Amino acid sequence: MAFEKDLNLDATELRLGLPGTSEESEKQTSTSLRPNKRALPDMNEESVSSDSNVAAATKKSDQEIAPPAKAQVVGWPPIRSYRKNCLQQKKSEAEIGGIYVKVSMDGAPYLRKIDLKVYKGYPELLKALEDMFKFKVGEYSEREGYNGSEFVPTYEDKDGDWMLVGDVPWE
Amino acid sequence: MMMIIVDEVIEHIFDFITSHKDRNSVSLVCKSWYKIERYSRQRVFIGNCYSISPERLIARFPGLKSLTLKGKPHFADFNLVPHDWGGFLDPWIKAFAKNRIGLEELRLKRMVVSDESLELLSKSFVNFKSLILVSCEGFTTDGLAAIAANCRNLRELDLQENEVDDHRGHWLSCFPESCTSLVSLNFACLKGEINLAALERLVARSPNLKSLRLNRSVPLDTLQKLLMRAPQLLDLGTGSYVHDPSSEAYNELKASIQKCKSIRSLSGFLEVAPRCMAAIYPICANLTFLNLSYAAGLHGNALTKLIQHCNKLQRLWILDCIGDKGLGVVASTCKELQELRVFPSDPYGAGNAAVTEEGLVLISAGCPKLNSLLYFCQQMTNAALITVAKNCPNFIRFRLCTLDPTKPDPVTNLPLDEGFGAIVQSCKGLKRLSLSGLLTDQVFLYIGMYAEQLEMLSIAFAGESDKGMLYVLNGCKKLRKLEIRDCPFGNAALLEDVGKYETMRSLWMSSCEVTLGACKTLAEKMPRLKVELINDSDQMEFNLDDDQKVEKMYLYRSVVGHREDAPEFVWIL
Repeated sequence: MAFEKDLNLDATELRLGLPGTSEESEKQTSTSLRPNKRALPDMNEESVSSDSNVAAATKKSDQEIAPPAKAQVVGWPPIRSYRKNCLQQKKSEAEIGGIYVKVSMDGAPYLRKIDLKVYKGYPELLKALEDMFKFKVGEYSEREGYNGSEFVPTYEDKDGDWMLVGDVPWE
Repeated sequence: MMMIIVDEVIEHIFDFITSHKDRNSVSLVCKSWYKIERYSRQRVFIGNCYSISPERLIARFPGLKSLTLKGKPHFADFNLVPHDWGGFLDPWIKAFAKNRIGLEELRLKRMVVSDESLELLSKSFVNFKSLILVSCEGFTTDGLAAIAANCRNLRELDLQENEVDDHRGHWLSCFPESCTSLVSLNFACLKGEINLAALERLVARSPNLKSLRLNRSVPLDTLQKLLMRAPQLLDLGTGSYVHDPSSEAYNELKASIQKCKSIRSLSGFLEVAPRCMAAIYPICANLTFLNLSYAAGLHGNALTKLIQHCNKLQRLWILDCIGDKGLGVVASTCKELQELRVFPSDPYGAGNAAVTEEGLVLISAGCPKLNSLLYFCQQMTNAALITVAKNCPNFIRFRLCTLDPTKPDPVTNLPLDEGFGAIVQSCKGLKRLSLSGLLTDQVFLYIGMYAEQLEMLSIAFAGESDKGMLYVLNGCKKLRKLEIRDCPFGNAALLEDVGKYETMRSLWMSSCEVTLGACKTLAEKMPRLKVELINDSDQMEFNLDDDQKVEKMYLYRSVVGHREDAPEFVWIL
């Protein structure tokens, strides 16, 4: 079960463009797989700032999932749900005020900001994003991600990886 | 001259035989002893509630007074079993009530308990004394209100880590003024507010109260008042332990705590102000059990300073924010330590807070009496485990969990086979083992060879082939519970010795290589084994192809037929 982190596919990727240019320039962290963003470069520089939580809806066809090593395994580490809930509750209490994150959407001219604290769960969040950006996100399933739409909600976690929204428990 | 021992005498002798194992053995000697034993039996332990029915239990043991019942499989604790799988208390209470069983004590683990069953319980058994619920769910504070209101002789209400729907009602106020018999009250897991005045009055009229564990809503000044009323306490769980250390309330608390010379066991600190810990120091030297595993606010110097006062500690439960250095302090202070549990404070985090193999080695060197371990760590090495095995040959329970489940020895990059091998070889009395880290079939060879007393084994993300599982099944003669997830063990291992499973309580296999066809074969060959296939509850349909791998299989021995309460997503073969 050894997984390679940081596959560095950039080096072997076939694409149109002058050698030395990179569509990845706006992403400042790892060289791991990530979806191509078609938004204007200026906007994207702003979106990938030191803010460690950036949500972006991207075209599903371009999306490649981050290596499984970073994914969270169900039931691991093996601690009782009661204990896990207590820890998470303490963590969220430590945050005063709202949790604001930037949201960018492929093709949209500017970014939006939303307060995650306002939403009680993923369905609510996704509905809000759908309303805000006028798109549909499709059905979520643990196995297949989002089915039925060309748009997929993703976010950048603190390791700099692009993660599918909805896998991790809401808290 | 022939001496005939009369039945009454034998019965009297049986009174001295109290362990379940011994009573079970005694009942097998002859028909006469079986009969005497069953009529005199008062305490029964049922490790799997589906291995027998309430009616059969009552038929055999009409004098039943005290019952321990366990429901869901252990991995349900980690969200691997869908809700509504089963483990319902209701049919048991209904059967006991209908048959006028004189139930006095009930201890439940991982069962689904409804308010209705709690209410029926409270009204059906006049002498009911003790209710202990561990890791249960399905009830609200309304059910607790019924217990409080109706159980006239209640001595013990102990709620440990249950998911309770807190209606913030006045359940505590439901204890009548005439209730003065409480010995133990633990409501630490309740999330809601309680009536503080009612709590004070209850404690004031309970002269026999020995154990009191409060929930988060009980503030420090109430704690002080309670301790004034109950200086005889042996076991205390604080609620919210936050105050201004320069305040009058805090000074009063200091004085009250000093009077509590009997406290041997301390827990709680669900919210904690580190500067208030000094009030606890005077009683630390008496403590044998300290549980700080929910005290996320306590770390660094405040934590180690506290521990330095606890030199008689036998059991310590803490969070990994104590760090390796902090464990060093434990090692030099707690020479009587027998049990250590180190829980993760940040299970999905970057691992800054975690402990490593260094802490464990320090503990093993300083605490030679250590016999029980639960250790969540960032990493582990073979060298460390070998050292630990040498220092502490008395382990009965050894559970190690690396936060990355397949992490190898970071120094050598090798699997942890040799380390765990050393543990099983050295600890001849080992009864329970949980493995983690990168592991091949080799570790199972060692376990099968050396772990002669092993009763429970938990395996995750380990092994390379069926050989691994076979080493264990063939070697561990006393194995009772085997739980396996995400391992490459398949049909050959499962079907090699089907008779083995009748000597065990249960086998859990999830995300392994076992197919539907093999499970069907097993179920056909062994009618007294129940083979359950569990789908995740959002996938209602079972794939009927025999070659399809089974996602989750739970098999257990049973003397009754298939359970009738299985939900749609469970298929019993």
